[in-house]
Amino acid sequence: MYVAVKGGERAIDNAHAWLAEERRGDLAVAELTLGQIREQLRLSVNRVMAEGSLYDPDLAALAIKQARGDLIEAIFLIRAYRTTLPRLGGSWPVDTAEMAIDRRISATFKDLPGGQILGPTFDYTHRLLDFRLAADGEAPVPAATATPSPDAVPHVMGLLDRDGLIEPAPVTDGTPRDLTRAPLELPADRALRLQAITRADEGFLLSLAYSTQRGYGRTHAFVGELRIGTVAVEVDIPELGFSVAIGEVELTECETVNQFTGSATQPPQFTRGYGLVFGQSERKAIAMSLVDRALRWQELGEDFVGAPAQDEEFVLSHCDNVQATGFLEHIKLPHYVDFQAELELLRRLRHDTQRMASQQNAEAAE
Amino acid sequence: MTDTAYNFAYLDEQTKRMLRRAILKAIAVPGYQVPFASREMPMPYGWGTGGVQVTAACLCPDDRLKVIDQGADDTTNAVSIRKFFQRTAGVATTERTAEATVIQTRHRIPEAPLTEDQILVYQVPIPEPLRFLEPRETETRKMHELEEYGLMHVKLYEDIARHGHIATSYAYPVKVEGRYVMDPSPIPKFDNPKLSDCPAIQLFGAGREQRIYALPPYTQVVSLDFEDHPFVASRAQHDCDLCGADGSYLDEVIIDDLGGRMFVCSDTDFCTTRRELGHIGRLGAPMTDEVA
Repeated sequence: MYVAVKGGERAIDNAHAWLAEERRGDLAVAELTLGQIREQLRLSVNRVMAEGSLYDPDLAALAIKQARGDLIEAIFLIRAYRTTLPRLGGSWPVDTAEMAIDRRISATFKDLPGGQILGPTFDYTHRLLDFRLAADGEAPVPAATATPSPDAVPHVMGLLDRDGLIEPAPVTDGTPRDLTRAPLELPADRALRLQAITRADEGFLLSLAYSTQRGYGRTHAFVGELRIGTVAVEVDIPELGFSVAIGEVELTECETVNQFTGSATQPPQFTRGYGLVFGQSERKAIAMSLVDRALRWQELGEDFVGAPAQDEEFVLSHCDNVQATGFLEHIKLPHYVDFQAELELLRRLRHDTQRMASQQNAEAAE
Repeated sequence: MTDTAYNFAYLDEQTKRMLRRAILKAIAVPGYQVPFASREMPMPYGWGTGGVQVTAACLCPDDRLKVIDQGADDTTNAVSIRKFFQRTAGVATTERTAEATVIQTRHRIPEAPLTEDQILVYQVPIPEPLRFLEPRETETRKMHELEEYGLMHVKLYEDIARHGHIATSYAYPVKVEGRYVMDPSPIPKFDNPKLSDCPAIQLFGAGREQRIYALPPYTQVVSLDFEDHPFVASRAQHDCDLCGADGSYLDEVIIDDLGGRMFVCSDTDFCTTRRELGHIGRLGAPMTDEVA
């Protein structure tokens, strides 16, 4: 006998209760605090802030906890929260030249003004499991400290720019379009593209950037500079008539020096790719600058070779993991009405084919 | 219970104004896809965020909302969306098509005729009818501008050449007032005739794809076809096994592992109403014996 699909409401409530229980896990194990997540899973927090487009480490930690560590789910929670926040105004563009630097490296010059600063990096660690961490480890030996150098840390790109070796960075006063307040319209300008890919899925961007390195839209990138640190966010206060620093954010900025272009009339110059991401997110920032550069083929008069990373519409339409995961997973929802329509059609088509086949057989037998 | 931490129907008034502008434009140009700044909603993209935003922009406190998915009020996602508006807007809800002022739907048009006092809101996954023929939005927008729909007719023709039939059974493309080719959302083509000359306002929301389009009341909507291969609204050739209806769209339910099947109305309200009136199908029981 037919059991109607009743009780959806109770099923949902029960599923939510079970989910909450699973999230907490074994009650004999102490519950995670937001502080623990914020301090000890900082790179997860960074990713959630970057792709959630909201700089708030505590909320990101909450989202990670609520999402049971599923970062895309956490990003979704942050986005859904972010969209309800009122828009009070815009800040001045942050000045990354004035960054309080934790890490700054250049792959193009052995030494340079401001120096190479490794900072807290996995780069030269040996990837050996550290079983001391599995035992309740003691606090690590404090790292050596030094007073920050008072010298300025100029952008490497500025040094190249002074000699005219790299294309000048275009300066515009225009307010860029806001991806979160206006529908994405194509073609997009570079500001809009950068906006989209700074919140794009890290894995998607990584693979695209990697594909350009392997020849699908090759741009031959050098990391001119990678810098990580904090910058002040300044906002104009209309009542005061001047700008005030309202806080600071941690950023990763990557500028790549790419293969040069030139023509009969213009001497060859290096070109630029740019990446800027919330938090320490090096992989994402480097990938972003490679993809940014690949997307600039038109403006730089290069050929479109059909590489995915060159294809603005392809990249921008598919880079958002909140959109992608929602649409991908929606196929879990019931589709039995459509499926029924397909069943009917398929049965009719098969019926036609079989009837024709039996007719032919009958004719052949005659 | 209304959740007072959020504005009425969740969205802030600025966002609703933006949505209403898009809706008005869509109504002014029937079948044209209006881009709008879709918001992240607290349910995933692809799960009805477009429909939810349109519904949120249409709801007034004295509205009565019905939400269906696959024609049914009690499918999980319909339950979830109905709960969302109960919580954030506190509006009355109903399962009765005739009593609802706003109906949000996924994949079906109710069997009962709609009235001028109703708004039907469709959830749309891919609003572009030409998308699977041309993946680029920049191209398809141009094709709509130039009314360049040859590609679609070629596709339908190729179906006939290959299968003897137009091999599209749902999301069957339509032409609106002789101008725009429109995707009616993945409703079975059985529902297509109900799109035309409908007294209710029909609104289509695609959240992830950031598009809203509309059919104002009494709009002429024609399913694409050929003179020698006219459009046919098809359904399973059975009667409903619960209420005996012989003209409603049916779900096929597998009832054992020996090939046993039963067919029941996909529109649960339609089926229940008929059974309350005493109609009984092949496998149905009188309403009083049922556990509600």
